Amino acid sequence: MNQMRRTFLKGTGAAGTVAVAIAAGLLKPGQVLAAEWNKEAFGSKNMADAMKNLNIAGAAESKDILIKVPDIAENGVVVPVEVTSKIPGTTSIMIFVEKNAAPLVAEFELSNGAEAYISTRIKMASTSHVRVAVKAGGKAYTASKEVKVTLGGCGG
Amino acid sequence: MADGMKMRTTLQGDTADVKVLMNHIMETGTRKDAKTGQLIPAHFINHVVATLNGKTVLEAQWGAAVSKNPFLGFRIKGAKTGDKLVVNAEDNKGEKLSGEATI
Amino acid sequence: MKQILTALVACMLCAINIGAIAGPENDRKALLENHKKNLPKVKFEDYVLGALALNPDAKAQYEEIMSFPPYLNDMDKAKEMWEKPFSNGKTFASCFPNGGKNVAGGYPYFDNNASKVVTFENALNACLKNNGAPELKYGGLELTLLSAHAKSLSDGMKVKVEVKGAGALAAYEKGKTLYHSRRGQFNFSCALCHINYAGKFLRSEQLSPLVGQAAHWPEFRAGTDATSLQERFRQCQKNTRGEPSEFNSEDYNNLEYFITYMSNGLPMQTPVFRK
Repeated sequence: MNQMRRTFLKGTGAAGTVAVAIAAGLLKPGQVLAAEWNKEAFGSKNMADAMKNLNIAGAAESKDILIKVPDIAENGVVVPVEVTSKIPGTTSIMIFVEKNAAPLVAEFELSNGAEAYISTRIKMASTSHVRVAVKAGGKAYTASKEVKVTLGGCGG
Repeated sequence: MADGMKMRTTLQGDTADVKVLMNHIMETGTRKDAKTGQLIPAHFINHVVATLNGKTVLEAQWGAAVSKNPFLGFRIKGAKTGDKLVVNAEDNKGEKLSGEATI
Repeated sequence: MKQILTALVACMLCAINIGAIAGPENDRKALLENHKKNLPKVKFEDYVLGALALNPDAKAQYEEIMSFPPYLNDMDKAKEMWEKPFSNGKTFASCFPNGGKNVAGGYPYFDNNASKVVTFENALNACLKNNGAPELKYGGLELTLLSAHAKSLSDGMKVKVEVKGAGALAAYEKGKTLYHSRRGQFNFSCALCHINYAGKFLRSEQLSPLVGQAAHWPEFRAGTDATSLQERFRQCQKNTRGEPSEFNSEDYNNLEYFITYMSNGLPMQTPVFRK
């Protein structure tokens, strides 16, 4: 991965460097947007590593992240999750299932009017907290909610 | 026109509510083939970009834990009737899906 | 005297006729009364939701998933199958009254000439056969998808299975007997769970009542796994450590006949999400 992208993704000294690079024609604007898939974060096998690889270690617990999930999942392969961040300036939303073999499920970058709201359906291997982290104003915040997943049987 | 995607949009005031349903197996790579006992290779959408009138509103990276035939809902403030919404997705094999809708 | 005798004979004939029809209808009414004891708060129309009617958390997930179900692309394929002309130019619609709209509620029915129960899938295959096309495998994905679309044309129609005549009644009674027979290592009968214990929990699963079960098949289990009613019979038999019967067997067709009758009067919806 070229160094410019790595710098941008890790979020250190990004803006100035990237702008210079673009102006110099070394980096096309489209390249920056098409960020490379965060293999380290998606491959992390525990929450601590996943958060570290997303640069959000030490995210503060927040009551302003609303997580709508079922109490007991009908089927762990299709669990509806709805996330709303009331924190002003939310620029990204990340969803994890703490007890999944690889906790990071998805990461969303918001821009140009996209509201801090995501609705999706995820796979949960077992009863676990669904954790959400958001980035807002250069800081990271987090919240979680437990979803019970029973080993199915009949289900009529 | 959609290729592997269905989209529904509604407009309330100046907020567009977007719902997308994609057609993809989202194979995790941890399941074993019942007959051969071999691991079925991971095959999942890992990149999604949504634009409104050409401007990126949402860029997402996914892992295989997003459910099969993925559902995605998001909202855009400052939208108006006639705006063009495009969603492009790519999977870990480089296969692409896309969908378009007019708000 | 003659008048009284005539009246008596006429009455007896009436009674036999009424008895033939009243058997299943009495059974259904008695069943519903029985269910009301276990599920006092469930409205009749909500029986189609099964255990979902008893659990708001589960019902909310069902509604979220049904608002934009994951099986929509499969249903597009199913629609294509239904609309694709046979080599002779005809389509499935030509095999059914009303182009196939609002007909599924009458299945299964008893064919007196063939002396057997005819399921909706039988009718689809008969259509294929009569138009020189190869029949589809019972329990296979293609037939299940085709059936899912074809039955969706009857959405909202009330189930109205008929049991008329000795042959039909015998098939119904066979289905009913199967329903009440204990089988498998667990020695469970369908009735034990879905009548006696309807609404109660078996491990973590809440048992659905018999009334309402047949109004919404095929289904997409887990949202993406197309499943026919008879596939569900097989799954349940395996879950209760029993030996499953074959798709389209006389046993399963009679069982389907009985089970579907018990959902008479309820609105159909096909397909649906289930866990």
